[in-house]
Amino acid sequence: MLYDIWTVFWRDWLVLKRRMPRFILSRMVAPMLYLVAFGWGLGRSIQVIGGSYIDFLVPGILALNSMNISFNSVTPVHAERIYHKSLEEYLVAPICPYSVVIGKVLAAVLRGLISSSIIVVLAWLFGAHFIITPLFLLVLILNCVIFAEIGFFAAMTIASFEEMGQVNTYILLPMSFLCGTFFSTGTLPDAVRWFIELLPLTHTSYLLRGISSGADIALSSVLVLVFYSLLCFFFSSRVFLRLSK
Amino acid sequence: MIRVESLVKKFQYRNKNNKIVWRTAVDGLTLDIRQGEVFGLLGPNGAGKTTTIRMLTMLTEPTSGEIFYDNTPIRGHEQEMKQLIGVVPQHINFDQDLTVGENLELHARLHHMGRVERHRRIEELLAYVELADLVNANVRELSGGMKRRLLIARALIHHPRILFLDEPTVALDPQVRRRIWELIRQLAREQVTVLLTTHYIEEAETLCERVAILNKGRLIGLDTPQAFCEQMGRYTVEWDAVDAREYRFFDTRREAADFMAELGGSASIRRSNLEDVFIELTGRREGL
Ligand SMILES: Nc1ncnc2c1ncn2[C@@H]1O[C@H](COP(=O)(O)OP(=O)(O)OP(=O)(O)O)[C@@H](O)[C@H]1O
Ligand SMILES: [Mg+2]
Repeated sequence: MLYDIWTVFWRDWLVLKRRMPRFILSRMVAPMLYLVAFGWGLGRSIQVIGGSYIDFLVPGILALNSMNISFNSVTPVHAERIYHKSLEEYLVAPICPYSVVIGKVLAAVLRGLISSSIIVVLAWLFGAHFIITPLFLLVLILNCVIFAEIGFFAAMTIASFEEMGQVNTYILLPMSFLCGTFFSTGTLPDAVRWFIELLPLTHTSYLLRGISSGADIALSSVLVLVFYSLLCFFFSSRVFLRLSK
Repeated sequence: MIRVESLVKKFQYRNKNNKIVWRTAVDGLTLDIRQGEVFGLLGPNGAGKTTTIRMLTMLTEPTSGEIFYDNTPIRGHEQEMKQLIGVVPQHINFDQDLTVGENLELHARLHHMGRVERHRRIEELLAYVELADLVNANVRELSGGMKRRLLIARALIHHPRILFLDEPTVALDPQVRRRIWELIRQLAREQVTVLLTTHYIEEAETLCERVAILNKGRLIGLDTPQAFCEQMGRYTVEWDAVDAREYRFFDTRREAADFMAELGGSASIRRSNLEDVFIELTGRREGL
């Protein structure tokens, strides 16, 4: 099983290695824009409790970026399933089906972490202050795991690539902006706030922000993330196991 | 080696009134294939050949029925059974982001082959299908026939004991096709069980010990190619009728010759072949 996970991961690693320079360059664009527009541009005129806006912003960008990257790292599996049918190679091989899910998710976590380190370096260059602890890393990884699993689920269930774009537009994009990434959810109307505080990305944003500023954090949020990652693993494995039905 | 009992597969699809209805792709198929046998599955487009192979290779779950390898049901033993099989699918399904060599390497790793063994085997097979020079090329750069050859090489890497080939020689040039035939015969001599589908009747005739003919999901004949021809009549008289080419079958050359004399004109006489059997069984009787 471990070997099979490694095989699945190895395949993604081969592909990533070949595209590494392009991958890194393209991953720098969006965070740079956020940092310039919201950090330098808007941020100069905004004061948040306990520091500058850019310090507030960086954990939010890390959260939304790791979500987008890990989700979109797994979505090409959709093409492997529908167009190239190369997923059949895994289905006829004597491997444990879970290892495909785990291998793909781990590869997406790796991509999420690489792009997160790019942001950390950029943010530091922009003069932001933050602390990175092991718990900070754990939260970031959990966030990648959750959205990689959701990406895997989408790749297994969605019929066309167009619909994948819709998932990005209707689900990921709103979450990117609303889940405590650019502003605190406290200012939102109650009903909206409750809903948004159920979403995993909100917990990630708050945890990352709390840890990086050295403030107290709610450990229950970590449990929420663990719960989401297990739940998503259950559903993404289930759709994968059902492929042959 | 392979035993199939009352295998059924039904698919849902939308008919022309946009209603969801069930279509039976494979309808109660029962087969028994011996070890080391080359077994052919023939049938017109849509007969259910690919669906049968997909069920046998655990890519599609049967609606009902059982499949056994070596008297063990594959249901519940998927992982160990998958170790035994090699699959050449009807469509090309390489990983488009990997090179020729990497595609084979992925396959070998997925079948738990050790490093030395896997490199030796990949080299050997690439040489056999004459693609050794292209080991670092992207699979997208191969011609159609090269892809087919690579597909066959890939299926053999892990020394499968049962080989499934779904139209393996489509789009191959005559030389390569003959080499693949030679390879299949060689595998059968090594006691590999081979199940293949094809639309090239000549291929089934020269390669297969027995052939099954499927039509609309049903088994409508199962025999050796020779026995099929004998049952139908060993000799065929062929002539141009008013609107189509006509055929009649005879047990002896004498009867055939007499009939031809009666006809006169442009009739000709020849030995019957599996193609005649195929057309007779799947075409005319069903009234197309
Ligand atoms: N995934 C699917 N969903 C719905 N119907 C399907 C599916 N796969 C096959 N069918 C139907 O099952 C029937 C048998 O198809 P199959 O691919 O097994 O035929 P075949 O004998 O391999 O034909 P060919 O010679 O064209 O390859 C066809 O009517 C086809 O439309
Ligand atoms: Mg077919």
